[in-house]
Amino acid sequence: MSIWSYANPRKFLDTTAPWVPWLMWLSAVVLAVGLVWGFFFTPEAERFGSSVKIIYLHVPSALMAINAWLMMLVASLIWLIRRHHVSALAARAAAPVGMVMTLIALVTGAIWGQPMWGTWWAWDPRLTSFLILFLFYLGYIALWAAIPDPDGAADLTSVLCLVGSVFAILSRYAVNFWNQGLHQGASLSLDKQENVADVFWIPLLVCMAGFVLLFLALVLLRTGTEIRARRIEALRNRARRTGAVRA
Amino acid sequence: MMDLGKYAAEVISAWGISLAALAGLVWWSVRRDRRVRAELERTERDHG
Repeated sequence: MSIWSYANPRKFLDTTAPWVPWLMWLSAVVLAVGLVWGFFFTPEAERFGSSVKIIYLHVPSALMAINAWLMMLVASLIWLIRRHHVSALAARAAAPVGMVMTLIALVTGAIWGQPMWGTWWAWDPRLTSFLILFLFYLGYIALWAAIPDPDGAADLTSVLCLVGSVFAILSRYAVNFWNQGLHQGASLSLDKQENVADVFWIPLLVCMAGFVLLFLALVLLRTGTEIRARRIEALRNRARRTGAVRA
Repeated sequence: MMDLGKYAAEVISAWGISLAALAGLVWWSVRRDRRVRAELERTERDHG
């Protein structure tokens, strides 16, 4: 069976609806394990004291902020190339989730930065590209809400998503491009030498898995909501047209 | 109560804000889904 069969809204709803509650509960359990482990059962870091506990929220939310936009990019490209409505609605559904993740990353980063760097904010390459990504999320959501024609909105938001992808990628790799920023390099790497110590790394991985599962659950749930909202609109438009013909 | 030392305020505020934002996102998404499902049922009954 082709993956494109899921572009049919009915097929998408029938397939994903049973998964959503399971994914919600699984993400709640994995997140609870990771967060309780990170908060209560990890030691303080030598240089950072107990402030190291902020990474269990900061790193996974930053990861999802970038990856949510990349998921929206793939969905937007599918819309632009193949005109599947479900993919446009999935991108729309993911945007508020990605925006909240970006906001959490920005706020927790600022709270951590104040005692560590002596400032809430610096125009550092990674921080700045993250702020721009957050503004792109706001713009993307506002654009969907501002355009009444759904296909026109999907077209314009897809183009906006392509442009914003530059900042999503930049926010991931900014620390590698520029050396003058305050933000340190990646906390996680395939190179074990660069990783944080195992005692922090393992609960952090569990938290990241929890955030990924929560993102999946929310995007599936919200895509279903968008499909149903679109169906309501279609039924009302049909009733209006029928009423107008009769009148 | 565990001792978070001199960074207690930062840790608690970062965790509080983040968990509140995540809980709010889940609550808003679930609530909107329920409302739209109910509205779709009504609309299908009336116009379907």
